[in-house]
Amino acid sequence: MNQLLENTLTIDGQVVPFSAGQTIMDAALAAGIYIPHLCHKPELKPHGSCKLCTVDVDGRSMSACTFPASQGMQVANNTPALTEVRKTLVQMLFVEGNHLCPTCDKTGDCTLQALGYHLGMLDGHFPPFYPRREVDASHPDLILDRDRCIMCGLCVRASQQIDGKNVFALSGRGAQNHVIVNSPSGKLGDSDLNKDDLAAHICPVGAILPKNHGHEVPIGRRTFDLHTVAESDIATFNLHKTEHHDD
Amino acid sequence: MQQLLQGEPCPDQAVNGLMPHLLHQLHAIQQQYRYIPTQQSKQVSETLQLPLAQIESVIDFYSFFTRTPRGQYTLLFSNCTSCGDLALMRELCQLLKVEQGITRTDGLVSIDETSCIGMCDHGASLLINDRVIAHLDSTRLKQIAEYIESKTPLDQWSPELFSINTQIYKKGLLLEQPLEQGSALTAAFKLGSDALIQTLKQSGLRGRGGAGFTTGMKWEFCRQAQGAQHYVVCNADEGEPGTFKDRILLTDHAHELFEGMTVAAYALGAQQGYLYLRGEYRYLVPHIQQVLTERRQQQLLGQNILGQQGFTFDIELVVGAGAYICGEESALLESLEQKRGVPRIRPPFPVTHGYLGQPTVVNNVETFVAAAHIVSKGANWFKAHGTEQSAGSKLLSISGDCTKAGIYEYAFGVTVQQVLDDCGASDAQAVQVGGPSGTLVHRKDFGRQLAFEDLATGGSIMIYGQQRDLLKVVRNFTHFFAHESCGFCTPCRVGTPLLRKYLDKIEAGHGTAYDREEMARLAKLVKKRSHCGLGQTAANPILDLLEHFPHVCEQRLLHQEYEPFFNLDAALETTRQLSHRDDAEAHLA
Amino acid sequence: MMTNKVRVATTSLAGCFGCHMSFLDMDERLVGLLEHVEFDRSPLTDIKHCQPCDIGLVEGGLCNAENVHVLREFRNNCKILIAVGACAINGGVPAMRNHYEVQECLQEAYLNGVGVDNPMIPSDPELPLLLSKVHPLHEVVRVDYYLPGCPPSGDAFYAILSDLLAGREPSLSKTMLHYD
Repeated sequence: MNQLLENTLTIDGQVVPFSAGQTIMDAALAAGIYIPHLCHKPELKPHGSCKLCTVDVDGRSMSACTFPASQGMQVANNTPALTEVRKTLVQMLFVEGNHLCPTCDKTGDCTLQALGYHLGMLDGHFPPFYPRREVDASHPDLILDRDRCIMCGLCVRASQQIDGKNVFALSGRGAQNHVIVNSPSGKLGDSDLNKDDLAAHICPVGAILPKNHGHEVPIGRRTFDLHTVAESDIATFNLHKTEHHDD
Repeated sequence: MQQLLQGEPCPDQAVNGLMPHLLHQLHAIQQQYRYIPTQQSKQVSETLQLPLAQIESVIDFYSFFTRTPRGQYTLLFSNCTSCGDLALMRELCQLLKVEQGITRTDGLVSIDETSCIGMCDHGASLLINDRVIAHLDSTRLKQIAEYIESKTPLDQWSPELFSINTQIYKKGLLLEQPLEQGSALTAAFKLGSDALIQTLKQSGLRGRGGAGFTTGMKWEFCRQAQGAQHYVVCNADEGEPGTFKDRILLTDHAHELFEGMTVAAYALGAQQGYLYLRGEYRYLVPHIQQVLTERRQQQLLGQNILGQQGFTFDIELVVGAGAYICGEESALLESLEQKRGVPRIRPPFPVTHGYLGQPTVVNNVETFVAAAHIVSKGANWFKAHGTEQSAGSKLLSISGDCTKAGIYEYAFGVTVQQVLDDCGASDAQAVQVGGPSGTLVHRKDFGRQLAFEDLATGGSIMIYGQQRDLLKVVRNFTHFFAHESCGFCTPCRVGTPLLRKYLDKIEAGHGTAYDREEMARLAKLVKKRSHCGLGQTAANPILDLLEHFPHVCEQRLLHQEYEPFFNLDAALETTRQLSHRDDAEAHLA
Repeated sequence: MMTNKVRVATTSLAGCFGCHMSFLDMDERLVGLLEHVEFDRSPLTDIKHCQPCDIGLVEGGLCNAENVHVLREFRNNCKILIAVGACAINGGVPAMRNHYEVQECLQEAYLNGVGVDNPMIPSDPELPLLLSKVHPLHEVVRVDYYLPGCPPSGDAFYAILSDLLAGREPSLSKTMLHYD
């Protein structure tokens, strides 16, 4: 039997090759298929926590970034039902933190926001939590604004796996989850984080931002003002509030 | 039934008796200082050679650790629907003039609530400095208040207060005939590893924690997996509200449990085992340690067990610190590894990548006990009981609105009705089978069977009589899950507090049909899209209520289009006071 | 005088009137719109209270008791209620005060702040009392449609109104959807 045909799966009916050890996400990215994701970066170990990459595999819900690809697997990705699920997840992330886009310098470059655009999110929908979280401005070059943190753990992994440091950790339980700094005082300024570290740049939202660089690119000309988070065939978004899915 | 009097846990012994472990160190510090001072976490970080952030993250994850001092007497009332009564908590707060969650200014006492402490057959219960007081009533509260105000040391309190005497009402396969010590091991040596695993597979034994994976297969996969070490781990983190059967097994059948673990070690070629005990059962530590010591003395643990050359195995005890999620096997392994109890990504499964990345079998207490019996008595002895897909027997922890709460062992296949008849529950309107994560069973379905193929259960049976408000019950469960969610994945971390918000609104009489629909929509998402079993079951109570008891929710709804999420008038209270106003414009209807 | 025109009301609650300014950015298209639309309560008309309307556009979130009264008036009178802009949808910039207790805010503004003369927290029935937190509209009333943006562009206003006037389910093109 042909080796190529043996290692294939389908995503929304499209045949996609994969090699042993790859996840669904690996296979999809290699084939140029976009599966929405927030906590995933190909160069880091997958985390599987944001659940934006949720796909239906033979009818079961799986995280594409962690689930191994296997022969003949039927993956549903870009379906109206999954778009609703993912939109709801983005809404949940929005109401969980304090995501006030007009006040944030990450606006236009923020992946959470871009996913909101991609999925046609118009409102947070749920009652907001308005948590009170600590801002850490102790570092000379960087600011840690936990209000915008989405617990994706990218900074934690980038620091450990790429920078060879161990600057960040996720702490707490449940809704009290928060990112902490591994330094004697718990402050960023007291850590060995350098502004050139990957961990200083990888934040997909505005939780870790460089100091002294405000609004260098005007709003309206930033990344996601000019590009979508992925190629997508959804041209317009129905303005109706969320209906459902998942029955 | 052995009556266990809990010994006063001396801080030194409690740490020294247990292996060095972050959870144990932090517990000792918490005992000494009544909280974890930052200076101490730095010291632990140095002693255990762990990053400070790991220490900090663990402190903030487990409920029993705090960053502000608790009282010299720290009381935690269970808030479970069977062993909890928060009215009694408020009563004691009044007696001792202390506010819930805030340590009294003289530092003498603090009172708070905690998730089910597994005393469901004993009525309202609490933990006081790691010991249990059950059968709470106003008289007992007065007695407790007096002891505390007079600063009487706990070991001088009336021992009667601490007695736990669990009733076993029905014995079956496992409880009827205790296993002679060493008999399962002798049988195992005779069989050899392969035949032993075959025997287990033939017996049809499935995991007793609730998920029901075939035990023989689990052991076989683990045995086949390559690794420098293999590990045997017993999950005694019995946290599902309404379950207490492992407490009885640990109290009265610890030898059989350890025999089962040792048999597993023999089958897998493991040298080290761990018993992960929930922190709520810390009072059992001296007893368990004693059983382990006895077994070492009898050559049932240690080197060359029962003269079997080269078979070396021992068991260490690790005690949790208040986290339901650690009952999930991969979260338990994380906790064993001195981390937050966050469930791992699967695959890989623990049988290939478990404790420290090595092949590991994790089984429930009851599973190991059953395995020991099976190896000793044979597959057919076991398979002759129960149903086709659910062989053998199941220990049930029965509590709630019945006259005889306690332990019952039935062959699988017994109907809910039979169980209710036996425990004296004549007016049940509903039964929660398998705890909050299980199924809420309506009266019309009492003919259903307890078995993996019908109503699966880890053993929790909570009975609700006609006078119970089921919406309150479901609200209790929903709060439980929001409190216990580890917070790793979005659907559960954000979804469980949102479900709590919707249900609180409805229960308080402020919900509309729209809120109910939104809650149901969210519940389905949380169930289907969460990372682990906790999130996937957290919405079960709500979904079951809406499906089988729609009127319970319906009659609480407002018949209007919309109702705010918060009390508008109350939201003006602070500014009313600050501006000294009480005119009509200073209020919102 | 009764007309066949669609009645539109607009208001700004805890907002900055930026959305209203952007509404005017429809420029000459406003002229065409006015052939089909007449304004009820709005800063553009100075009408103080709503009559029954077809469409209500509400800018800003809820920061005080008066905001709640006005929002309720809109909800009671408008067949279609549209939350316009970031503040109406999630509290926006005013919601930054949710990081503090309302008590701290008043103390800072009226008692301890720099340059405060005659420190006292006002107690005047003419002044609306602050809510303990700033809230989005959908926490208090049902909202039919959301028009995000800070502010939404004139094009976005035109798109949503054109759709509604034509009896279509409104939709936004991808380029019009933004939160900033």
